[in-house]
Amino acid sequence: MTEKLDAERLTWMYTQMVRIREFEERVKRTFEEHPGVIRGHTHLADGAEASIVGSIATMRPGDQLMATYRCHGYPIALGTDTKKIMAEIYGRKDGLCGGYGGSMHLADPERGFLGTSGIVGQSIPQATGAGWAAQIRKEGQVVLCFFGDGASKQGAFHESLNLASLWKLPVVYVMENNNYNVSTRSDQEDANAAAGEPLSTKAKAYSMPGVTVDGGDPVAVHETVGEAVDRARSGDGPTLVESKVYRLSAHGNLIAPPGVPLHYPEHEAITTFGNREEYEAALRGDPVPRFRMRLVEEDTLDPGRADQILRDAREEMEAAVKYALDAALPEPEAALNHVYA
Amino acid sequence: MARELPYIAAINEAIHLEMARDDTVLFYGQDVAPSDDDDFVKAFSRDRVRVSPISETAEIGMAVGLALAGYRPVVELLMAEFMLVAMNQVVNEAPRLHLMSGGRVKVPLVLKAGYGFTAGWAGQHTGSIYNMFCGIPGLKVALPSTAADAKGLMATAIRDDNPVCYLLHYLLVLEHGDVPEGEYLVPFGKAVVRREGGDVTIVATGWTVGRALAAAETLAGEGIAAEVIDPRTLNPLDTATILASVEKTGRVVLVDQGTPHGAFSNVIAAGIADQGFSSLKAPVKQVTALDATVAYSEPMEAYVLPNEEKIAGAVRQVLGSAPVAA
Repeated sequence: MTEKLDAERLTWMYTQMVRIREFEERVKRTFEEHPGVIRGHTHLADGAEASIVGSIATMRPGDQLMATYRCHGYPIALGTDTKKIMAEIYGRKDGLCGGYGGSMHLADPERGFLGTSGIVGQSIPQATGAGWAAQIRKEGQVVLCFFGDGASKQGAFHESLNLASLWKLPVVYVMENNNYNVSTRSDQEDANAAAGEPLSTKAKAYSMPGVTVDGGDPVAVHETVGEAVDRARSGDGPTLVESKVYRLSAHGNLIAPPGVPLHYPEHEAITTFGNREEYEAALRGDPVPRFRMRLVEEDTLDPGRADQILRDAREEMEAAVKYALDAALPEPEAALNHVYA
Repeated sequence: MARELPYIAAINEAIHLEMARDDTVLFYGQDVAPSDDDDFVKAFSRDRVRVSPISETAEIGMAVGLALAGYRPVVELLMAEFMLVAMNQVVNEAPRLHLMSGGRVKVPLVLKAGYGFTAGWAGQHTGSIYNMFCGIPGLKVALPSTAADAKGLMATAIRDDNPVCYLLHYLLVLEHGDVPEGEYLVPFGKAVVRREGGDVTIVATGWTVGRALAAAETLAGEGIAAEVIDPRTLNPLDTATILASVEKTGRVVLVDQGTPHGAFSNVIAAGIADQGFSSLKAPVKQVTALDATVAYSEPMEAYVLPNEEKIAGAVRQVLGSAPVAA
């Protein structure tokens, strides 16, 4: 049965949400404060914290997850050292993956985080394979597979859901629907969305449950994903959970050749569609202050304690930035390590 | 003790032995064991042997996930061209994850597929496309040409901690050869000299090894002693054995069933130019398939393929005993 969330657990969930938000804020600020330190492309989880934490709170030791290039939030909630994550994003030798992967390719297998793909939808079959491994082990392990709404237009998604349902694999497919594929709205490229139906409708084609949940509410996500996890654990197969979130930053930082300062543009609702009101409404519904308000109103969390959680998170992320800035870059010839296992 | 087995049976024997030896080895794919009477199913259960839908991206992607989670999947892809459907998983996922994680994860898996089925299968099932899987750091490529190697290279592929494209040649599946019983491993990156000779070095792979040996026999009748080398794996490539032979003979013919610009022989030629140039007494000559999609009808199919006559002709050219073709 899905765990009942007591005050301590709810406070833990709020703390993880704040830590993810503060981490992502520092990644974003790095482009202004330390130009050139972050290279390539980063993708932030701000706005998806409730969905990430509500999902991960259902995991038991031994469970595993795979994710996409928008991957900073998961290891933070799993307990990976934020210093190591920031150092990886800064390309440092002491980063989580030694500077080999960067922002898009975090992995922490000891905590169950098997990795990501930078190619849309391609980690979905991989998570499905990890689900087969869990099924063989018969230890009740479950695999959470995180991806975006755009990935549900990939063949990899459809092939994987068919197989997972056919073989009753213990996988929970968590689609974080942020309604944008880079700068394209879902109703421009998704038949269900265009027809006014939820994207979880796709589950029907594969004879598995498909549910839609408010991804801004970590308790609702926990309950919905928790039911799917229970179902998977008991051998009844996979579930597709559509978790509706609003990405509060642009898809990623500016794409530009070296020499052009990188920064985070405004959200595509504004830059592509000129719809500032949509974005501001999303800000008013920001899941982090929304959850704080709820916990405080329910007397679950003392406002002073909430303030302290925020201060602690800011201090932690300040230390992560400092650690990452001070950390050494890899030796150039280390580029040839790890080509073969 | 060795006994005669067909190439295809030698492959299955290797998979069976490795599955018996190691519980983490799995075997699945399209048309693998649809019946519960299958020997693999009876021996290893449906946990480890499954028939999959026609979903190459899922099949290969799942192999990556199984490998990340501690298993050693062998995926039956049937035809190498079917891997093209899932090329991202083959070249951009499986071989990259170990490095991108800084060595924190590994991806041991075997992609088993046939190639070069020039037996009237027309344009989409006859390609010798192994070169498309070479040059990918992290991805190993094995091309067995004998029944014994078919067994030994499969066993090595399964035990390797990296993704391996194990590409069997469809024209060889019923060829018999002596195959050692029991555990038998052929190391990767170790070429074999199939025939010794001091006048010219012929490097050939897969089905073309047999054609090169036939050409060498013909040439022996003309007093030409050809050395025939079979690299057996293209990644890793045993450059040292090839260079040592070139140093001895000074003349080289490279045979490849791929098309001229898509043939792995180009890579071998470049290696010889870079590291063995001073040994050369004549330009390196390549005998590849001609630059065309393979046609269905037999005369056209045969026309584009390397064969014994083309190989022997190339040898005569590099020895200066035949005019260079216009």
